[in-house]
Amino acid sequence: MRLVTAVVKPFKLDDVKQALHELGIAGMTVSEVQGHGRQRGHTEVYRGAEYVVDFLPKVRLEVVVDDDMAERVVDTIVEAARTGQIGDGKVWTTGVADLVRIRTGERGPDAL
Amino acid sequence: MHFDSGDTAWVLGSAALVLFMTPGLALFYGGMVRSKNVLAMMVQNLGTIAVVSVVWALVSYSLAFGPDAGGGFIGSLRLAGLAHPNAPVPGLHLTVPPLAFCAFQMMFAVITAALLTGTGADRMRFHGFLLFAAIWSIVVYAPIAHWVFSPEGWLYKRGVLDFAGGNVVEIDSGASALALAFVLGRRRGWPRDVMAPHSLPLTVVGAGILWFGWFGFNAGSALAAGTLSSQAFVSTQLAACTGLLGWLVVEKWRTGHATTLGAASGAVAGLVAITPACGFVNSMAAMLIGLLGGITGVLAVSVKFRFRYDDSLDVVGVHGACGVVGTLLVGVLAQQGAGGHLFAQQALAVVVTMAWAFGLTYVVAQLVERTVGLRVSPEIEIEGLDTAIHAESAYDFGNVRAGRIGG
Repeated sequence: MRLVTAVVKPFKLDDVKQALHELGIAGMTVSEVQGHGRQRGHTEVYRGAEYVVDFLPKVRLEVVVDDDMAERVVDTIVEAARTGQIGDGKVWTTGVADLVRIRTGERGPDAL
Repeated sequence: MHFDSGDTAWVLGSAALVLFMTPGLALFYGGMVRSKNVLAMMVQNLGTIAVVSVVWALVSYSLAFGPDAGGGFIGSLRLAGLAHPNAPVPGLHLTVPPLAFCAFQMMFAVITAALLTGTGADRMRFHGFLLFAAIWSIVVYAPIAHWVFSPEGWLYKRGVLDFAGGNVVEIDSGASALALAFVLGRRRGWPRDVMAPHSLPLTVVGAGILWFGWFGFNAGSALAAGTLSSQAFVSTQLAACTGLLGWLVVEKWRTGHATTLGAASGAVAGLVAITPACGFVNSMAAMLIGLLGGITGVLAVSVKFRFRYDDSLDVVGVHGACGVVGTLLVGVLAQQGAGGHLFAQQALAVVVTMAWAFGLTYVVAQLVERTVGLRVSPEIEIEGLDTAIHAESAYDFGNVRAGRIGG
């Protein structure tokens, strides 16, 4: 099993969610986060004083999938989240050693 | 004694309007501080209402408006504890009960002290500030109110014109704020770290309440409901509007953006500038004064960065600078008596008020800092005043919090 983590632009979340549903992905976890990569922040002005705000609002999406699905899920997210503009975000995967569905106690891929 | 019921209703209503300005100020300032200090700002304002009102009744009303104790410098203690509540206020020919006048002026004393919370944002001890506010309203506010507002005061007798507190409220608080900023020192990290406002919507609501209350402040200062209060009312509105526009135009020109905080600040700057003038000038002059107030304000708030004093929410820049502009312009634009002589009296009042307010505030603030303490410890400043001092936090969005009842 693999954990796919994506950091995307907030307004792209609906598109990504829709694409994953069409792929048959049943669940995911989403959180509002802040950060930046090559895209730097923006400048705000309060009573003439300029402040550079480094971190921009992003959405982090996490979903655990079976090994054979991981690459397609990554591709789907990349396609759905891309605008071509700087700041589109990143997707990465990590290995998952074990997984339990709390309600039933099922383990491993059966719990996905 | 016979009183005019219409005048009395207007003055009492105006007193309530002016009181409302202080919770408005709590919102105005509360929105501008960081989210960890918003409750501390607000409770400092509420505490100021309580402390200054009590002190006013006990001594400062008498010091300000009681029979002169000598030289037009200070009132006697004849009215202390609000003794002789029905005795005429010396020098004033009121059509309202003396207690209505006392209540109205009480709210001025409250808001003037409350303005000082803005300069000490993010770093003042609660009980230290309340002690400071109590002493300050006796030794700084009451004498200046006596000099300028009481017909027995020495500046009043020289012909100084201050309709609603350009000297007594605005210059007084501005100069005091500068001294307080020096005693407190800069916030940790200022000006290097970002200390941006955490909720401008609160600030906008607060500015709206201030604007609303200012009609009581200015038009109520006519102490009667009639022609004069109507002119003051209209002048107040026009100056707030031109102040807002003046601030935004300069801001757009300097930074490329017309901002929400600029609009709110510009309205307040215009209101400050018209305060000493609103009963003495015509409507066109009021527009000019408001405009110059707005322009002065937007330029003055940058000064603190050059001279490196942390007047956190710009009490010096807005109330001090715009109060000076309005007070001096009375000497130029007053419908009666404008000219070199009046201008000289106005300038004298500006200088004397600034010197007294700055000097005495510096002494009082040092006194409090060295005894009970006025500035919080670095640990509290970093954690935030809300949780560290008041054991509360302003915003709970239902996130997971370690929770159990009791210790």
